[in-house]
Amino acid sequence: MRPTAARLLNILVPIKRQVRTVDYAVKIRVNPDQKGIDLNVKHSMNPFDEIAVEEAVKLRERLKDKVKSIKVVTIGPPKSLETLRTALAMGADSGIHVELAEGAPPPEPLGIAKALRAVIAHEQDGVDLVIMGKQAIDDDAGQTGQMLAGLMDWAQATFASKVEVDTEKKEASVTREIDGGLEELRCRLPLVVTTDLRGRRLTASVEPRYASLPNIMKAKKKQIVKLSPEYLQVDLTPRLETLKVTEPAKRQGGAKVASVDELIAKLKEAGIKPVAS
Amino acid sequence: MSQAFLRLACRTPSLRASSSIPRVVRSSARSFSGSCVVRSDVQPTSLDTFTDEEQMLRESVARFAQEVIAPKVREMDEAEMMDPELIKALFEQGLMGIETSADHGGAESSFTSAIIAIEELAKVDPSVSVMCDVHNTLVNTVLRKYGTKEQQEKWLPLLSESQLGSFCLSESASGSDAFALQTRAVKDGNDYVINGSKMWITNSYEADIFLIFANVDPSKGYKGITCFIATKDMGIQIAKKEQKLGIRASSTCALSLDDLRVPAENIIGGEGKGYKIAIEILNEGRIGIAAQMLGLAQGAFAKAVPYTFERKQFGQAVGTFQGLSFQQARAACEIEAARLLTYNAARRKEEGKSFVREAAMAKLVASEVAQKVSGAAIEWAGGVGFTRETGIEKYWRDSKIGAIYEGTSNIQLQTIAKFIQKEYS
Repeated sequence: MRPTAARLLNILVPIKRQVRTVDYAVKIRVNPDQKGIDLNVKHSMNPFDEIAVEEAVKLRERLKDKVKSIKVVTIGPPKSLETLRTALAMGADSGIHVELAEGAPPPEPLGIAKALRAVIAHEQDGVDLVIMGKQAIDDDAGQTGQMLAGLMDWAQATFASKVEVDTEKKEASVTREIDGGLEELRCRLPLVVTTDLRGRRLTASVEPRYASLPNIMKAKKKQIVKLSPEYLQVDLTPRLETLKVTEPAKRQGGAKVASVDELIAKLKEAGIKPVAS
Repeated sequence: MSQAFLRLACRTPSLRASSSIPRVVRSSARSFSGSCVVRSDVQPTSLDTFTDEEQMLRESVARFAQEVIAPKVREMDEAEMMDPELIKALFEQGLMGIETSADHGGAESSFTSAIIAIEELAKVDPSVSVMCDVHNTLVNTVLRKYGTKEQQEKWLPLLSESQLGSFCLSESASGSDAFALQTRAVKDGNDYVINGSKMWITNSYEADIFLIFANVDPSKGYKGITCFIATKDMGIQIAKKEQKLGIRASSTCALSLDDLRVPAENIIGGEGKGYKIAIEILNEGRIGIAAQMLGLAQGAFAKAVPYTFERKQFGQAVGTFQGLSFQQARAACEIEAARLLTYNAARRKEEGKSFVREAAMAKLVASEVAQKVSGAAIEWAGGVGFTRETGIEKYWRDSKIGAIYEGTSNIQLQTIAKFIQKEYS
């Protein structure tokens, strides 16, 4: 995998179309067979992937001509095309659709990572930076970015809230969200970045957030290349079998206490021992 | 079945951007009863068929409305004031030049796209929706259809980018009887001096650009009515901002035109052509109002119905009582009917077919459905629906104007009746 010789950045943003769980109006129901959820609900782009697309577009706003291309790729059934189009309307230049048959089993993170590896190999101009969501909110796996970096033997910076790139030095400075706070990493390109939520909350200025109408119209003319897993020589057969999907247990009612003393008494009753002070 | 096609070439002639990717029209599994011969150049589709771009626009506007507009709705309604940041945001989203060509800073989209945007905005706030509607379907369209090339070059970019437009036809003595307007424009050298007053003018408080209808020659009756374009700084004065029952955030003002001097080059369409412009443009505007009322009805429905499945009385969710569920079913039917009327009128207009009758029907029905459904929504939510906090009652207040502006219901009925008389007598 040859990195670009020129000092221009080629960015790849993998995105996923999935059940719209963020929409307050969408109710997620477990199927009667308990093997999955009812998919007859609205679908949209994984919110973390949206942040990834925004991040790529923002990078271009900062680096301007140094970003050569922003390509979005999705691996999914024919309907995933609409998610690609949304990403194009948000500012990506072109799209790649690795089309799966309607009704094919949903691919798993390792399969996706392998497919992405093949897509990157297929790219004539090469890829310097992969920005993707830290996890998909349907399976919450949070593995694909890391697996891809491993397969490609590339650096990885996960749970990123801020990405700065120095194309001269071919380095990136990434701020990561970790349990203790924030961590700043300096990484060599090529690099896999997975994006976290803060990237959206920090910036107060107008973000390329809602595909504006002029951008939607421009997106019509942008190119989408269709590939197949066979062409990429990638096997997407699932290796995991879902045994059971259930709803969380219903909450038991709590009780109100009248004072701190009562609280302590109840805690002791429940077997919670005080830490020796 | 040959699936490789087709955009109904006749369906959307206004979509100028050519797509290299053939747009697949999902022809639903329709069983032709055998008696109709399907012409090969026309592929019928269901009335709620939209292009990918139109779908994307709908989702984008819906999200924008939910995330940016929704938090401000109550505040704007109580203060009776449109948030200037919102107006700016609408411009930034490209929603103020929907049909305008890209050369003039617009999005070059279809009329249906404008209708979709208006509907989605109305689901959240009918006040914001009407602002976008008047600006797009009245002001922008007048310039696009009747403006000279120079006028379009001059005004459309301003209207697409940052300057809000207003349409000034009505006066205190002329509403339905629009052509009885009294505002006079007297020629004076290379200018016209306009004197008079206008009433019930939407957007006027925030607008920079005004389309003013004035009579240059009363002896000619309505044939003297002329359309002028003016800017606020030429001397247009806000005489009074009305305090209204509904769409309170949308400014409705009386204007004073006191020796307003406007250059002759600001006449749109030519002297005496104002009445024609007004009639034709209001026919289109009607579909916009229908879309606003449709969105309103849906917004009210979507706010109240989930509540009925949470609120329990007598041991069950109130929405599961048959009486209430039947009411919801009826309301859903009426909304669907209004939706089909609205979108069919919009498509007919896009296709260059006659649409005056359909537009009148759409506006009439949609405004009535909006009243009924929003009223029912309050009742479904009970006491809570009556408080201003939930925002359900707002829809009912906002809906009342639907039967009044841009052609009262009686005017719509008269229009439709004329078609019937023509056809049957």
